[in-house]
Amino acid sequence: MTGLDAHLPALQVIIPLLMAPVVVLLRPKGLAWAAASATSVMAFTIAVHLALAVLGGEPLTYQMGSWPAPYGIELRVDAFSALLLLVITGASSLALLAGRKSLAADIVEDRDHYFFSTWLLAVAGLAGIAVSADAFNIFVFMEISSLASYILIAGGPDRRALTAVFKYLIMGTIGATFYLIGIGLIYMMTGTLNLQDIALRLAPMTAETPILAAAGFITVGLALKAAIFPLHVWLPNAYTYAPHIVTAFLAACATKLSVYVLMRFDFFVFGQDLAGEVQLSLYLLPLAILSILIGSGVAMFERDMKRLLAFSSVAQIGYIVLGASLATVTGLTAATLHMFNHALAKGGLFLSIAAFAVIIAGSGVDRIAGMARRMPVTFAALTICGLSLIGVPGTAGFISKWYLIQAALELGALGMALVAVILISSLMAVVYVWRIVESACFAVPSEKFETNAPISRVLLVVTWVVALANVYFGLMPALPLELSQSAAEVLLGGIG
Amino acid sequence: MDILAHFHYWVFAILLMIGFYAVTAKLNLIKKLIGLSLLQAAVFLLYISMGKVSGGTAPIVGAGTEVFSSPLPQVLILTAIVVSISTTALGLGLIVRIREEYGSIEENAIHEQDEQ
Repeated sequence: MTGLDAHLPALQVIIPLLMAPVVVLLRPKGLAWAAASATSVMAFTIAVHLALAVLGGEPLTYQMGSWPAPYGIELRVDAFSALLLLVITGASSLALLAGRKSLAADIVEDRDHYFFSTWLLAVAGLAGIAVSADAFNIFVFMEISSLASYILIAGGPDRRALTAVFKYLIMGTIGATFYLIGIGLIYMMTGTLNLQDIALRLAPMTAETPILAAAGFITVGLALKAAIFPLHVWLPNAYTYAPHIVTAFLAACATKLSVYVLMRFDFFVFGQDLAGEVQLSLYLLPLAILSILIGSGVAMFERDMKRLLAFSSVAQIGYIVLGASLATVTGLTAATLHMFNHALAKGGLFLSIAAFAVIIAGSGVDRIAGMARRMPVTFAALTICGLSLIGVPGTAGFISKWYLIQAALELGALGMALVAVILISSLMAVVYVWRIVESACFAVPSEKFETNAPISRVLLVVTWVVALANVYFGLMPALPLELSQSAAEVLLGGIG
Repeated sequence: MDILAHFHYWVFAILLMIGFYAVTAKLNLIKKLIGLSLLQAAVFLLYISMGKVSGGTAPIVGAGTEVFSSPLPQVLILTAIVVSISTTALGLGLIVRIREEYGSIEENAIHEQDEQ
């Protein structure tokens, strides 16, 4: 690669980061939104370029300031990070393009230039986590994205958004601090922060106590940020009271980045035999099962659509961790693929809720009574994304669940139990998605809709683009599948 | 002997626990935030202690200095301190907003209002 192409891994982060302060200056109405959307689309274009470049299997590396690794800070884009970059920048671009009107209704007037600037910081932080190959750099980017997402969520119109964010801030910071302790202990033992260098130097000392403690701190810290049961308590309220568009963006990518770092560490850095025992990620298996069952179980009884979908997210993160904890190529493929597919399904669902929110007040399940007749087009998009969330054949959700079941079946007797868990949870998903559909189709509206606000056309179009993407990647999953498979090989390569 | 040799690490562990206790057990939001700052300060201490080389001076290369402490953990922690300050500032800002909306910064009082 020549010219600008070689700098793409750095530009992926730097462009949104530099545009953030510029956007603050754009006071005239709508300008901040336009600049933020343009930046986000640009970042998406870079992510597509990077994904195509790494499809061959060769990772791209970039030495910041030309200082050679491990002394300098290395950026590294392989198939796994490329997939995550697609999800982050794609979700951000679609949410921004769709969300102009919806956000204008949710956030305080005259503050939107601050809001969009913060949005770009969140994008830069999340993208930074994905491209960085340096343990401490990941911490810094994690905090940039977290601080930005606290502010985005606090923009919600309900005052309960504030208490939800405070809880998220406390728990997120504890998670990040634990991660920092883990990195400190590793640095103490190896004297390096570059992930590949750590992996090399750790090999002869995986049984040392500080390394075990580091693995524990890092796993717990990241599990807290990823909202794996029982560390998920911050998530439902944060997702419920955030502005709808922010929920669509964050639900699509924020927690997944923590799972991404967790998988990087558990496989790539710590490798197979920590303490000469089982693969570290196997400890996550029980938590994954509990996440799946309890997340889906609670979602069945939630009365608020956004809370319902938030609990469903806990279950979906469970699927991802389940695939990862199997530590096989198929399992990891399923896990990474599900990151992509879940982002599509959940992003689409939250976008359609944002579309409904123009007419209905609040997000209770009973609120959308009769909406199937009033907004049939939006409702159809919601149904398609819901089917994808359940994992109906022909949608994206099916592909990743199919791989997950295959990975489980490779295990024999234990595998059958896991398949049972996946099937039970899918049935629960049928129940909770059906509750929304039923309310929209059959329930009698309790009150007349006073507002006759026109629905935003752009929002509708984007929601449909996402819904159709769910179908497209369900029928032709080649691109995400190829990236996931090569990501699985990269991760397991660290073990070999 | 071990306890004295690892004095810094003991302080780290104790500070960490005090901070963690305050974050989880206190109901006052400001006290929670103080706990959070303590928790982070404990980690700063961990990093600074690990960079110390016995008998080493400050990491400034000059005549007569051969042994000096590792500067990297200090640089790292400088960044972490900035992160910590931003988090605390944002947390305090949130508390101000919570107080404006709820008229209280006690967690149970806020919870009661939300229940209604």
